[in-house]
Amino acid sequence: MTNHWVDIRNANLILSMGGNSAEAHPVGFRWVTEAIEHNHAELITIDPRFTRTGAVAQDKAFIRTGTDIAFLGGLISYLIETDQIQREYVLNYTDAALIVRPDYGFEDGLFSGYDESTRSYDKQSWMYEMGDDGFVRRDESLSDPRCVYQLLREHYSRYTPDMVSSISGIPVETIQRIWKKIAAMAVPDKTMTILYALGWTQHSIGSQIIRTAAMVQLLLGNMGMPGGGVNALRGHSNIQGLTDLGLLSQLLPGYMTLANAKEQEYRAYIDKRIKQPTVEGQVSYWKNYEKFHVSLMKSWFGEAANEGNNWCFDWLPKLERPLYDILDTFERMSKGELNGYFCQGFNPLASFPDRAKVTRALASLKYLVVMDPLNTETSEFWKNYGEYNDVDPSQIDTEVFRLPTCCFAEDDGSIVNSARWLQWHWAAAPPPGDARPDTRIMGELFLKLKQLYLDEGGVFPDPILNLTWDYKIPAEPKAEELAREYNGRALEDLTDEQGNVTRRAGDQLAGFAELTNDGRTAAGCWIFTGCWTEDGNQMANRDNSDPYGTGNTLGWAWAWPMNRRILYNRASADLQGRPWGANKAFIWWDGKQGAWVGADVPDFPTNSPPSQGQMPFIMQPEGVGHLFAGQSMVDGPFPEHYEPFESPVPQNLLHPGKEKARNNPAARIFDEDREALGKPEEFPHAATTYRLTEHFHFWTKHAELNAIVQPQQFVEIGEALAGEIGIVAGDWVKVSSNRGFIKAVAVVTKRLRPMMIGDKQVHHVGIPLHWGFTGVAKKGYLVNALTPFVGDANTQTPEYKSFTVRVEKA
Amino acid sequence: MAINVTRRQFFKLGGAGLASSSLAMMGFAPEPAEASIRQFKLTHAKETRNTCTYCSVGCGILIYSKGDGSKNVEQNVFHIEGDPDHPVSRGSLCPKGAGLLDFVHSKGRLAYPQVREAGSDEWKRISWDEALGRIARHMKDDRDANFVQRNAQGQTVNHWTTTGFLAASGSSNEAGYITHKVVRNLGMVAFDNQARV
Repeated sequence: MTNHWVDIRNANLILSMGGNSAEAHPVGFRWVTEAIEHNHAELITIDPRFTRTGAVAQDKAFIRTGTDIAFLGGLISYLIETDQIQREYVLNYTDAALIVRPDYGFEDGLFSGYDESTRSYDKQSWMYEMGDDGFVRRDESLSDPRCVYQLLREHYSRYTPDMVSSISGIPVETIQRIWKKIAAMAVPDKTMTILYALGWTQHSIGSQIIRTAAMVQLLLGNMGMPGGGVNALRGHSNIQGLTDLGLLSQLLPGYMTLANAKEQEYRAYIDKRIKQPTVEGQVSYWKNYEKFHVSLMKSWFGEAANEGNNWCFDWLPKLERPLYDILDTFERMSKGELNGYFCQGFNPLASFPDRAKVTRALASLKYLVVMDPLNTETSEFWKNYGEYNDVDPSQIDTEVFRLPTCCFAEDDGSIVNSARWLQWHWAAAPPPGDARPDTRIMGELFLKLKQLYLDEGGVFPDPILNLTWDYKIPAEPKAEELAREYNGRALEDLTDEQGNVTRRAGDQLAGFAELTNDGRTAAGCWIFTGCWTEDGNQMANRDNSDPYGTGNTLGWAWAWPMNRRILYNRASADLQGRPWGANKAFIWWDGKQGAWVGADVPDFPTNSPPSQGQMPFIMQPEGVGHLFAGQSMVDGPFPEHYEPFESPVPQNLLHPGKEKARNNPAARIFDEDREALGKPEEFPHAATTYRLTEHFHFWTKHAELNAIVQPQQFVEIGEALAGEIGIVAGDWVKVSSNRGFIKAVAVVTKRLRPMMIGDKQVHHVGIPLHWGFTGVAKKGYLVNALTPFVGDANTQTPEYKSFTVRVEKA
Repeated sequence: MAINVTRRQFFKLGGAGLASSSLAMMGFAPEPAEASIRQFKLTHAKETRNTCTYCSVGCGILIYSKGDGSKNVEQNVFHIEGDPDHPVSRGSLCPKGAGLLDFVHSKGRLAYPQVREAGSDEWKRISWDEALGRIARHMKDDRDANFVQRNAQGQTVNHWTTTGFLAASGSSNEAGYITHKVVRNLGMVAFDNQARV
């Protein structure tokens, strides 16, 4: 979330799309109802189904799954053509006025630079045009045909209400009614907040759907504003934290990135990531990348990391593929290219697409290690459970180790919620039997490996033998020790320009502004610096006071970065530093104090006066929000609608007859998985998966109370479809894709209605995902038997939300 | 001014966003009711602040456990409820959070390290030392055999692609941090958490 849960109450309009927070985040959703009741806000939901969120919405639309860019792209066109944008904001705080290179273009559904053989783009032309002064050229009148604003207008001019309607299945009147309500938020003192979840992420165009939302919010002037923002309602309790800590194939902590194999030189690696301002005088905070990087390496390697060896640059693995994501890994695993795999609190047999392929892949491993508090399906993938897991153990040679871990109630530590709050928690009781915390398991395992390298030698032992390990009990690093380590400390005395000591050697750092690129500081995750200072554990703060009445409780826990609760909050004030509206006052420039002040920690240099002309989006080299994504996305600088890889509609109505532009042209799909895609004639029904409020993934079927209130697997089918295939509520149905099938009880409902897509009637099938073959609920079929093995072009997040099936009586 | 209100109604009022403490000051306190028996039970419990383990709203919870802290007495969790001071959740829990106690005491909780040998149809209980020793052996054998220092183009890559790791976004930052520190520095790149899916 750019904003936070309580801040939703400050919204004037709430757009819930790609998520169903009343069902999946019920307690967070109370701030939506708070906004409706006390801020006279309106809630609009756009979803394929009539959801619990939709049930309390003032307005709603039913959209064909996977067509969100069509709706939002049309909205962008509407905002521009009717001139309902927050003009001062757009002109100054976005890149609308910047000029794009003349060789950038878009034709027949493809951006310039497409190479069909690699399914990728040469992104060279996707850039602003630089002037002779070394900075980006601009046109303040927004009339130059090569400025971002005009290119944006041209790109979305194709997204007419009729076109949007024929793609999405939403009637034209509904589209126009909702666009009009959203456009009313373009005035400076009104804001819309956008709430989304995996209903946007899990598409082959998922990242671009979210970008389209961000572009809408920039045009409306809603980023950095209380009651505004683009708010990802994330899934797991610490999914934000593990992302922040960089536990993803290409990342290092704090959104730093690993080098690829071509980046052999340390200096070139750093220089590419140090973003210098491309508009004069801007902050461009990534210019400090080397300070973050060197501090990480000092944290990991201590004395062994020094300037002479480039801070151990070569000790970090380098990437030979763009991503070693889970789809890539299970593709390789299914071909026998992996020997070992660890699942720490992760249940891939249930969670990864194309379950048959996942089973095949796991069965080809030599060893599998499962660390979990619960008996997961993955740990028993080799065990026969009849039709629920039809395998022959004697044919599976994988050695499986199952290690019992603590759950939340049994260890100390912090987790990061969707709003970026690091909240510390305390252990209430010891774990059952001989279960252990993950920190201890990782500690002991590492020490055992290190001992083997000491005893036997081995390949490239340097990073293993030199890894800092100064924990009091080496086999059991304590949460406090690890938290202090990722916060960071001074390794030598730090001094200011006059030579005064500002931080003693050994002291905890108070913020990442103290980090240096010369080895005097260590910090394991720079964006968390400030969470455990010399004043102690800030994550344990529990003061819920709200002095400005904005819902901003700075004394409760600690939020990254630097305890800021709304990102880009400088944008909540106009060019002169005054709030855009009295009811939207959040931070502002106080001339007497010569500082930015207000309800939040300014996301801006505190003493930089408005007259200095620094712009709010300090992480961008231009200082402004990007309507044009430049080279940051792999599949285009402007989002474009492409059909899901499995779609009930045979072509992309924006590009009829253009086969290359039917699905995302830059999305990766392996040959075997393309073969496994179903044809609309055979699998005519649009399917989507989702959660229920009583359950959390595959965990709560192990908890009695949840198993009692929602005991049995079902699928949701509209009355019209039920009539067509001759079933009534309570019948068993078989749902098949080209990859597998499940059987479940049919819930026949008015909540799903057929849609007209062109001249075709499309039915949706709703598939809740919570059942499996372990736990105390009734046994069920893992629904990923159905889902396709293809992901978003940028993130490789699988397309769980849009695929096709056939439903029939079981 | 005395207003009759049950304990349940009182909590409901608090949950609607009114500060229950100021209500109490006005003499607006709940009538003693059946629930006071539970209150009595809670008085003798150890109260521990924690955060719900399910979704990312991050609702505050209070865990109540029995045991007086003596060396030979193990704490046992017997009640979990919402933390009324929490600025987001204000004491509320959803149907998932309301069942947290059953997660803690689930029959599906694992208590001992186990191994399923190749081709076998059953689990076998083993010691931690044996489990971690065998796993470390597998890792070292695989790493030594397949670690790539230089690729076909002669570029230094120093990576290990034949063992992969999925980390847990239900675990704490501290577990995440040490996992990253160990896994990355063994050279692993096939490394993701639930944020990937």
